[in-house]
Amino acid sequence: MSGALELRGAAASRGSAAVWSGLDLDVAEGEFVAVLGPNGAGKSTLLDVILGLLPLSAGAVSVLGGPPAAARGRIGYLPQRRSFDAGSRVRGVDLVRLGVDGPRWGVPLPAALSSVSREAARRVAEMVELVGAGAYAERPIGELSGGEQQRLLIAQALVRHPRMLLLDEPLDSLDLSNQGAVAALVQRICREQGVTVLLVAHDVNPILSYLDRVVYFAAGRGLAGPPREVIDGPTLSALYRVPIEVLETSDGRLVVVGTPEPPGHHHPCGDHAH
Amino acid sequence: MPTELASLSLDPVTDLRQLTEYSFMVQALEAGTIVAVLGGCFGWFMVLRGQVFAGHTLSVVAFPGAAGAALAGLPLALGYFGSCGLAALVLALATAARRDSAAGDSATIGVVQAFGLGLGFLFVSLYGGQLANLEALLFGTFLGITAGQVQTLLWVAVASLVVLVAIGRPLLFASVDPAVARAGGVPVRALAVAFLVLLGLAVAATAQITGALLVFTLLVMPAATAQQLTARPGPGLALSVLLALVVVWVGLTIAYFSPYPLGFWATSVAFVLYLAARLLVAARRPRVGTAIAEAAA
Repeated sequence: MSGALELRGAAASRGSAAVWSGLDLDVAEGEFVAVLGPNGAGKSTLLDVILGLLPLSAGAVSVLGGPPAAARGRIGYLPQRRSFDAGSRVRGVDLVRLGVDGPRWGVPLPAALSSVSREAARRVAEMVELVGAGAYAERPIGELSGGEQQRLLIAQALVRHPRMLLLDEPLDSLDLSNQGAVAALVQRICREQGVTVLLVAHDVNPILSYLDRVVYFAAGRGLAGPPREVIDGPTLSALYRVPIEVLETSDGRLVVVGTPEPPGHHHPCGDHAH
Repeated sequence: MPTELASLSLDPVTDLRQLTEYSFMVQALEAGTIVAVLGGCFGWFMVLRGQVFAGHTLSVVAFPGAAGAALAGLPLALGYFGSCGLAALVLALATAARRDSAAGDSATIGVVQAFGLGLGFLFVSLYGGQLANLEALLFGTFLGITAGQVQTLLWVAVASLVVLVAIGRPLLFASVDPAVARAGGVPVRALAVAFLVLLGLAVAATAQITGALLVFTLLVMPAATAQQLTARPGPGLALSVLLALVVVWVGLTIAYFSPYPLGFWATSVAFVLYLAARLLVAARRPRVGTAIAEAAA
């Protein structure tokens, strides 16, 4: 199998409650994919399936050419956050270092005694450099801004040179300029390192120009395809089963209007730029 | 205990000879050293994981454990390890079921603590109000430590520290970043249970020296001081152990040459160290700020 990710007739449920069903998805290596949809529609559930933390209730999934559990070591994961407590007494570099060998039993030896530790420190420095976090990586993570924390967490997810990167709402809680900068960073990594990226987002606009494919979850179903095919009026109307219009602003932003907004649910794909 | 108070000569050799003249003092120094290493290591993880309240509850239940053992005529050590180990299991099972609900967890822990205290009171009153070593159970003593107790302590410390070394790195990962650790295959919940049980053993060992109420002298104070001074895991752990050793040795020495109890002196030393660390960090901050401002200018 050549695809990075394949799902066929996939359905997922949490406990006895069905989250979504009928998802067919093909992602080629090195593609940049956005996972969109309102809160509670099952975006993070898809990531749990890919990570092998949640088995499908129906259908088949193949991750990097095999079952999810076999791919785990080749996937970098950035969970939904997760901002660190202001009193968090661990440095950015320590967090990135845990991405190298954190799950391994035992304790690491000091770099002076161990070539393994020296190699790990070199990789950590390389990733910190790649995400541009050199100026603050030695400071306790709790003292850093949301954008700075997010860059270090991306470095942590990348430090083992994964073939696939799963990012759960990495742009949330960032201001607009940081959203743009982090999105550009992820796209650069995707292109330069050939890493397949699945990025969960509320708002497609900061990443729209980079995307190869989107997965849209709504009303218990999932739909995948190129962005302009999925994010259009007729397709979303069929997915939600209510009339929906997609408008495009003069600077190329997409605005989804007419979507149902049940209490507590966010606007699925609106322009948050005000 | 010497009938006359020993007096500090300020000559290190003489003072060291005086300190080690009596076997109870040698055993106190040995036991104190063991629990300092134990408290420094487990306390560091406890503070990092934000489980200070759980640690406090484990130390409080040492009191009913010891009082119950005294009432039943069993060895006190059995009471300490039994009650702390049991409470750790109860806390682990009651709080590990939920994810990310610190508020619910602290309520559960508080309930266990209150019930533990109630049981302790019951055991003391059943004993007939003449539990001679009630004060020792609560505030510690370094008079009654036997060579056998030191040996038990040593084995418990070696065993629990070996386990801590074996799970050290994934435990650190699970403590600072549980979601990513779980995705990477770290058994986060099993580690949480294992850590609480180990913490229970460390608390039981420490409580025999410091008493149930002053366990924190060795568990929280050196660790909190160390985490003020450095955010690096390795040096932080080492500093935590070093500070705990200073607290025990200095505390024991002052207590030996003065009429006031060890619990007071050890806690005072630890408090002064913590205060000094806070002041040092506060004094360092503005200088970092101006350095950045100067670099920017």
